[in-house]
Amino acid sequence: MSPSVPLQEMIRAIRSARTQCEERGVIQRECAAIRAQFRQADNGGRSHNLAKLLYVHMLGYPAHFGQMECVRMIASPRYSEKRVGYLGAMMLLDEKQDASLLITNSIKNDLSNSNQYIQSLALCTLACMGSAEMCRDLAPEIDRLLRASNSYIKKKAALCAVHIVRKVHDLGELFTKAARSLLTEKNHGVVHGAVVLITELCERNSETLERFRKTVPDLVQIMKGLVISGYSPDHDVAGISDPFLQVRILRLLRILGRNNEAASDAMNDLLAQVATNTDSTKTVGNAVLYETVLTVLDIKSESGLRVLAVNILGRFLLNNDRNIRYIAMTSLQKIVGTDHNAVQRHRGTIVDCLKDQDASVKRRALDLSLALVSASNIRSMMKELLSFLSSCPPELRSQTASGIFNAAERYAPSQRWHIDTILHVLTTAGGDVRDETVPNLIQLITNTSELHCYTVHKLYRALLSDISQQPLVQVACWCIGEYGDLLLRGECQETEPVQVTEDDVLDVLETVLQSHMSSPSTRGFALTATMKLSTRITENVDRIRSIVSIYGSCIDVELQQRAVEYNALFKKYDHMRAAVLERMPVIEKNSQGHINGETIKESQTVKVKPGEPQQPPNQVCDLLDLLGGSEQPLQPSPALGSTAPPMPVSTANTVGGDLLDLLGGLEPTPITPVATVTVYEKDGVTVTLSCEKQSDSGLTVTLTASNSTESDIRGFTLQAAVPKSVQLHMKAPSGDSLPARGAAKVTQMVVLNNPNKVNLKMRLRISYTSQGSAVQDTVQIDSFPGLGQ
Amino acid sequence: MFALVANQKVVRDWPCFGVVLGGSFLPRGGYTVLLFKMQFMLLFSRQGKLRLQKWYVPLSDKEKKKITRELVQTVLARKPKMCSFLEWRDLKIVYKRYASLYFCCAIEDQDNELITLEIIHRYVELLDKYFGSVCELDIIFNFEKAYFILDEFLLGGEAQETSKKNVLKAIEQADLLQENIDFQMRLFAGMVVPNMASESSGLFQN
Repeated sequence: MSPSVPLQEMIRAIRSARTQCEERGVIQRECAAIRAQFRQADNGGRSHNLAKLLYVHMLGYPAHFGQMECVRMIASPRYSEKRVGYLGAMMLLDEKQDASLLITNSIKNDLSNSNQYIQSLALCTLACMGSAEMCRDLAPEIDRLLRASNSYIKKKAALCAVHIVRKVHDLGELFTKAARSLLTEKNHGVVHGAVVLITELCERNSETLERFRKTVPDLVQIMKGLVISGYSPDHDVAGISDPFLQVRILRLLRILGRNNEAASDAMNDLLAQVATNTDSTKTVGNAVLYETVLTVLDIKSESGLRVLAVNILGRFLLNNDRNIRYIAMTSLQKIVGTDHNAVQRHRGTIVDCLKDQDASVKRRALDLSLALVSASNIRSMMKELLSFLSSCPPELRSQTASGIFNAAERYAPSQRWHIDTILHVLTTAGGDVRDETVPNLIQLITNTSELHCYTVHKLYRALLSDISQQPLVQVACWCIGEYGDLLLRGECQETEPVQVTEDDVLDVLETVLQSHMSSPSTRGFALTATMKLSTRITENVDRIRSIVSIYGSCIDVELQQRAVEYNALFKKYDHMRAAVLERMPVIEKNSQGHINGETIKESQTVKVKPGEPQQPPNQVCDLLDLLGGSEQPLQPSPALGSTAPPMPVSTANTVGGDLLDLLGGLEPTPITPVATVTVYEKDGVTVTLSCEKQSDSGLTVTLTASNSTESDIRGFTLQAAVPKSVQLHMKAPSGDSLPARGAAKVTQMVVLNNPNKVNLKMRLRISYTSQGSAVQDTVQIDSFPGLGQ
Repeated sequence: MFALVANQKVVRDWPCFGVVLGGSFLPRGGYTVLLFKMQFMLLFSRQGKLRLQKWYVPLSDKEKKKITRELVQTVLARKPKMCSFLEWRDLKIVYKRYASLYFCCAIEDQDNELITLEIIHRYVELLDKYFGSVCELDIIFNFEKAYFILDEFLLGGEAQETSKKNVLKAIEQADLLQENIDFQMRLFAGMVVPNMASESSGLFQN
């Protein structure tokens, strides 16, 4: 057929455009020309124009203005125009377009055309894009063609009928009889079409299925003919005679033999024959074998045949061709539930496929491996799965991790193994595990009391090496918090104990707290763990207090709340601390309803009784020393109105109470004349102290500072620290600048409460800026005037 | 995710089946409907340029473009030694590269991937025989013929003729018919002067 010159010229022009913009220009011009041509009368070039438009459409440009032209061309008497017209209809019109209905009549006429090629065009278009209405309209025509036409048309009509049945199921009834008779034809194309049609009819309607069961012997006969027959040049593909037809027949047999003993029996021999005789060196042979296997496994076949089928799949697994291996694993996946033992025999090969290069094969192998895990092979399988996890593609990691967890849960041979496995997964793929892993693991650890020591040792070591995997870090923090005493004891039966000091442990927790890699919930875990350790360690409790109090002013509200509550625990509820922070009891599995690992934590969080408000958290002072104690801001604090969440109220034994502090007034208590003592004198700066008792345990200390140098002092601040059991409250100073030569003084009041009547000491830090340089100094006050010490 | 095939949806509504889509080997109660159908075939170059698209399911232009774009990207990202099958959305994609062209078919869940590879191969053989050692340029410049050949081999997504020879014969006849009718029409219109040694033989078959 001579090529369409105008079309080819246009294609050349488009292809020679060097940029997208140029191409668009060429196409716009061409489309304009085409549109103009469409409007003109028939000039013999219509098919070329439409062909050009279709090319433009394939490049992605809009071509809807050609729809009506397609309709017109289809109605044309010329074959060349019809051909392109129908092609255009299949490309531009689909059943959603209204214009598609317009061609129904043309199709109807063409179906009865004397020329078979014109009939063929109509059939092809109907089968490709026929809508339900069109199908309903034209079904009788198709039926007529099924019965009385040549084989060229019959085979097309059969497939057209398939399309009609898919669109409008009820019309299946119409074609049943014709389909039955087509099976007896000699022409392979017709038989193929008939088989496809019958398959479709049987799938849609169970009665039809029953009726067609009678055809099983005929089908078997046809199949035998194909398998045994000699070389047939027309239909041979690499030694297999008409593999397409064979596959189709096998598929139909599958549908007919399902759930039916009699039919399955009738095809048994045939299937065995096909399975054994088909040459499997080329893909085409394997395609037929594959279809056979699918059929055998789906019908009620006898066990020998089933074993044969599974063995074929096993052979496929060893095939060099990756496609075949993939197919085999897909099929094995489907039967692993029912023929578990048969599939187990091939476990080794399947596990090897985990190492295949191809991601699809890997995925299949993973699914199958997870399905094959059982109590007997758990250890070896887990080794393979864990090594797979470390090298698998990222999209498979979370699936692998959850698969491993499930398998471990079901078949773990021992608790220790289980914990080890989970830890291994967390170290390799911690980022890809699901949220509920953390509480699940914590629950598992709690319940395995004999392994607490072992677990905490392992987790400690893991934490030392890597703190980036959040789930692992969370669990590790939790364990160190719970079982830190076991860690510090320095002995362990199950594993090599670590020799750590309390400081080391706290260092690790602090690193987690401060690391930018730690998520907020991880830091929450670490903070609570630090707190819990305060009852489990002996020496560094103050360090814990200081850590906890630092976080009292953390930006993260959650952490801040925890820190403040723990602070309260230290200060007000110290007597309850040991009870609150003791070992967790065994966690009930039923209480899992939460996804977030946080929830377990929350049950441990100290719930401070809602009472009177406590002093809000303040600016962090770093004057934290062995005497402990928290500091108060020295600036007039906006802290009371700050972002601090509502705080539990402190008891009224704080001298004064917050309200009075706010007002900054003093209680009108009788003031006995007080003695003043100078506590600091250096570089011209003098600080004096006087104190007066307010109550049995309450004391007000007044600090006065003055500057006798020649230059002004700015930014003068005082910070104070007192022993642990003493409560301290610093009021706002009168100012922060000391003018030169003692022109004015700065006074600051400090309220102390000493309920335990400990030896009162105070450490004072003085900081100021003088002549552009910052000065800082510390002084310890061991005796207070007026206290009789 | 577009509501893919009218088939699937209607199957779900069919009253007398307890349908489980996607089929299993052991139907539980009711019948399992197995779905075998080719939904579309795409040919594209290694640069991602579409050379042929045949759709057997009704989709809007926009949806078709989206699917094409995504699928082309996915297939082009595959490495050379990888499997010819991949799962994409809820379809199976079977693809094979011949020289600079990728042939890509989307089949439904229960369809046989290996025979689909054979179908692709058969189509390539047909093209090869027709164009004589086909290359991508042939398909570019004669795209409508590539479609005609495909339409003689597959109908509604199913193979209609399993004999290579018969397909080629049919196309040959259709081509001749096209030339002939054109000739006859031109003859009628007086554009061609008939000559005694008739250069064409009528090939009207019934």
